[in-house]
Amino acid sequence: MDIPYTVKPRPDTGLYNAKVGIWLFLASEVMLFGALFSAYILLRVGALDGIWPEVKNAWPHGLLNIPIGTFNTAVLITSSVTVVFAWAALKMNNFARFRTCMVITIVCALGFLSIKSFEYNEKFTHYELRLKDGKAFTGHLEVNGKHPGFWDFSSIYNLARLTEEKVEKVKFVADPPQPKPGEKHEGKHEHASMEVATSDIVHLDAFIPRNHTFFAIYFLITALHGLHVLGGAIVLAWFTFPGKKMWLTDPERFTNRIEVGGLFWHFVDLVWIFLFPILYLL
Amino acid sequence: MSHSTQNDAHHGHDDVAHHIPVYWKVFWALIAGTIITVALYSVHFQSVAVTIAVAMFVASIKAFLVAGYFMHLLSERKMIYGILAATIFFLIGLMGLTIWGSHDQPTNTVTKTFYVP
Repeated sequence: MDIPYTVKPRPDTGLYNAKVGIWLFLASEVMLFGALFSAYILLRVGALDGIWPEVKNAWPHGLLNIPIGTFNTAVLITSSVTVVFAWAALKMNNFARFRTCMVITIVCALGFLSIKSFEYNEKFTHYELRLKDGKAFTGHLEVNGKHPGFWDFSSIYNLARLTEEKVEKVKFVADPPQPKPGEKHEGKHEHASMEVATSDIVHLDAFIPRNHTFFAIYFLITALHGLHVLGGAIVLAWFTFPGKKMWLTDPERFTNRIEVGGLFWHFVDLVWIFLFPILYLL
Repeated sequence: MSHSTQNDAHHGHDDVAHHIPVYWKVFWALIAGTIITVALYSVHFQSVAVTIAVAMFVASIKAFLVAGYFMHLLSERKMIYGILAATIFFLIGLMGLTIWGSHDQPTNTVTKTFYVP
């Protein structure tokens, strides 16, 4: 049985069915990300005034790497233009150019994810430390001569684990003070190394979701977006390699598939256009 | 082997070829928008609200370019506009109710400091 209106427009909508389908799906995606954006706004305005980490429940600023985020934005924009070029190439019966553009798109997608995972790792290995004398630091932890965290979830420490493993002292390399909202890192980049007794610690945890609502919402939204990038890349790769045989049997339907896949890809780019300033700059 | 893919009423061969320079312009505009967003960050605005407003304004222009040109929303069928109108209506409702609800929260409800001795 043939699926109706994969190529010809349906008389009442004026569109082939997949296009209506993808737009309905994107509408549901807008609501999904919209809910998370509004949750972010609520958490952001609900945070205490002051500078984190000195004020425990203030909103952290300047924790994300802006040059890396900017580069990743450019990578995603590039993939967005190459996917539209891929579709245009099919419209002009140029399969070779289509494949080149698609390969660039997929490489950009994988590049984006690689850079993002590098950023994630930077967070997993970064710690917040609060001492009994009221002082608070961020920095890197060294337990028994080892730096825990590198792509190994089981190596992430917190105070409960230090106590359980009877670790008496840890080494902590503190970051320079955090910039205020809207300010850049300025002044000396001193990394003060210190020995801290476990008995002096009131809180110790990595930059992971359980530690702070900022990390919770940051990882939730960016990981969900990352899954969209991964899913989109898999579908586009399937169209480009095993799925390309449809180009020989039903080129118009194949072109429509690429258009629909491209619409999803542009949506993923659109979400990032809003995510980047909200997470990295505000 | 030759293939004809000129079925679509509003996207013929010549029409698409004509669009390629437009896609390039949009691409460079998006890159410029990204650079402007980051550059504005280094300008120290007086209030956080102004910073947020400026960043969202630039992001909205970029979103318009992606949706309008890459997603061809500037020349779509009524059906798609209908779906999007309903989405925007519910999105505004969702965002609006959430932000409205945030004022209904007693001060510091969930922000007690647990770890400060």
